[in-house]
Amino acid sequence: MSALQPLTVHVGVAVPLLLANVDTDAIIPSREMKTVSRQGLGQALFAAWRYHYDGVQRLAVNDEFVLNQPAYTAATVLLAGPNFGCGSSREHAVWAIADYGFRVLIAPSFGAIFQGNCIRNGLLPVELPLEQVQALAAWVAVAPQQHQVTVDLVACEVRTTGGHVWPFVVPAVARSRLLEGRDEIAETLTYSPELAQWRERDRRLRPWVYAGEAG
Amino acid sequence: MPATLFDKLWETHSVRSFADGSALLALDRVFLHERTGSIALASVLDSGRLLPAGQRVMATMDHVVDTHRSRSDATTMPGGAKFIQAMRTTAQRAGIRLFDLDDPQQGISHVVAADLGFVLPGYTYVCPDSHACTLGALGALAWGIGTSDCEQALATEMLRIARPKQLRVWVDGELSPGVSAKDLALHLIATHGSAGGERQAIEFAGPAIRALPMEGRFTLCNMAVEFSAFCGLVAPDERTIAYVRGRERAPRGAAFEQAAAAWLQLATDEGAAFDREIRLHARDVSPMVSWGTALEHGASVDGAVPLLESLPEASRNRAAKALDYMGLAPGSALAGQPIDAAFIGSCTNGRLEDLRAAAALLEGHRVAKHVRALCVPASGAVKRAAEAEGLDQVFIQAGFEWREPGCSLCFFAGGESFAAGARVVSSTNRNFEGRQGPRVRTHVASPATVAASAIAGKLADPRELLAHQGAP
Ligand code: SF4
Repeated sequence: MSALQPLTVHVGVAVPLLLANVDTDAIIPSREMKTVSRQGLGQALFAAWRYHYDGVQRLAVNDEFVLNQPAYTAATVLLAGPNFGCGSSREHAVWAIADYGFRVLIAPSFGAIFQGNCIRNGLLPVELPLEQVQALAAWVAVAPQQHQVTVDLVACEVRTTGGHVWPFVVPAVARSRLLEGRDEIAETLTYSPELAQWRERDRRLRPWVYAGEAG
Repeated sequence: MPATLFDKLWETHSVRSFADGSALLALDRVFLHERTGSIALASVLDSGRLLPAGQRVMATMDHVVDTHRSRSDATTMPGGAKFIQAMRTTAQRAGIRLFDLDDPQQGISHVVAADLGFVLPGYTYVCPDSHACTLGALGALAWGIGTSDCEQALATEMLRIARPKQLRVWVDGELSPGVSAKDLALHLIATHGSAGGERQAIEFAGPAIRALPMEGRFTLCNMAVEFSAFCGLVAPDERTIAYVRGRERAPRGAAFEQAAAAWLQLATDEGAAFDREIRLHARDVSPMVSWGTALEHGASVDGAVPLLESLPEASRNRAAKALDYMGLAPGSALAGQPIDAAFIGSCTNGRLEDLRAAAALLEGHRVAKHVRALCVPASGAVKRAAEAEGLDQVFIQAGFEWREPGCSLCFFAGGESFAAGARVVSSTNRNFEGRQGPRVRTHVASPATVAASAIAGKLADPRELLAHQGAP
């Protein structure tokens, strides 16, 4: 994974999908997980809702589904219901959301593993009370392309030109990671010198672990 | 200060500790498989990041690959070839050892890692698969990870882990004939619930554990994740040392003796503290079989499906739904339920001891006519060893299919499956809805119970067959 794009102040079209308990299988059905790479999963996002199926065969785009409506096709902010991303630990769910082009998810709550996966993949999960998410969704629906939402990770608040200003809380480690676009690998690599020292010691203590290796 | 086995593994691998109690642990070994491993490996390679010493990473084909004799890249799972070929290409690019379809060592990662001595006592080991915890039986700190963690493991050789609480499961006595480590695990989960070990590091200890063969210890640690544990552990002892001696990747001669002495030091010190302890007596464990769609839905095979009223209120709905799926009525006897299929294999119970236990019962018997029976050795090494003892012939003459190594019908990958609605008794580790195919009903049990049931054509108590055979 290359370094992530930093996320500081994001302004974008928001799309409401306020169902409760949308699980990772709804975000990406297992039958859509046939790819051997994490790229290109965006087309499979919410596949069961976005497309009409005959068995496993996709027939046509479901025009009714909100993501398929022209006003929302450029959406980068997802407004979701409580416990969004619950269910299995499948990371394909987050990859699909990121690959589709979302940067921010706003919901009353998230599945715990899912939330962690969001941050490590450069997606900001914002928790706001249900009434606020609903109010935001109502305001957005009036004119989705004009009524864009500002998510400010520097000030930790969601703002709109409609006068909404709502603070949110993000754990400090997650926040700085997103602000700097630093992924966990890059961060861990900063400890490489300590690992090198550890290895040097360990090679003496447990030589058998390294038998047959060069250096 | 006296330390537990887990404490010692944690301290010796901790590169840096953080204020919140978590630590960055150094990883000794990583194992990949074609279903999730190639994605992680490809991501790392594509990012231009370096891989650590290739010697410390291996890969196998187990999940997607077929297990019938004429298998090839073209799998019964639609699109499976892509996974197989991606694993092959990425392994080649990374220069890591891959156990490909035609490799004599090919098999299920968690079994191959032990076969080869790739993982030894005191190691840290991760694999992007939840049953990586199997290797804890060697006294190794082994746990399953997700794909992003796997990328990090490959690129940095470190993972930051929140320190888990420690639970000791102490088992007195000795398991009775016909009762195995699998039954012990199922008993534990049925008694304490599927979440009973949640996020804990579990050390299995006590006389009954000391008496278990290594295969039994692997089974127990494999099932730790079904108890929601972070990992399972058994302290290395003379049996562990004997097991790893002479394995391909184990040290030799004086180096082995030096290592063995260090491994024995890993055992939990007298008086070391655990956060929690569960005590049980081995004589209370009988052959178990699951009746629902979670492993906490388990009972003695000579028992019955519980009445819903007898269950705690919070779990009644789920149990009712499970029984509906399983086509069983509350209160009905388990033994005697007609079965359609029997499966012996998987990383839980596909090792040599498991095949021996099943073959001992099958010898001189035939599987009931209507039962489809499969035996899938977990690895190439297991398969060859079994064939050298003539076990393959026992299985085949009893009416079992004798397969190539792999995960096979332990889980439904989208290809081969048991028939919808089929009742299967299986030596695997999960009985979720659809785990072995759409609408398939899985009863998880020990290899002996699977064998006895296959012969009877219905769920059966292996102790009855043993008594007939006059076995000890
Ligand atoms: S045998 Fe079953 S449980 Fe084990 S790794 Fe394969 S699919 Fe998973």
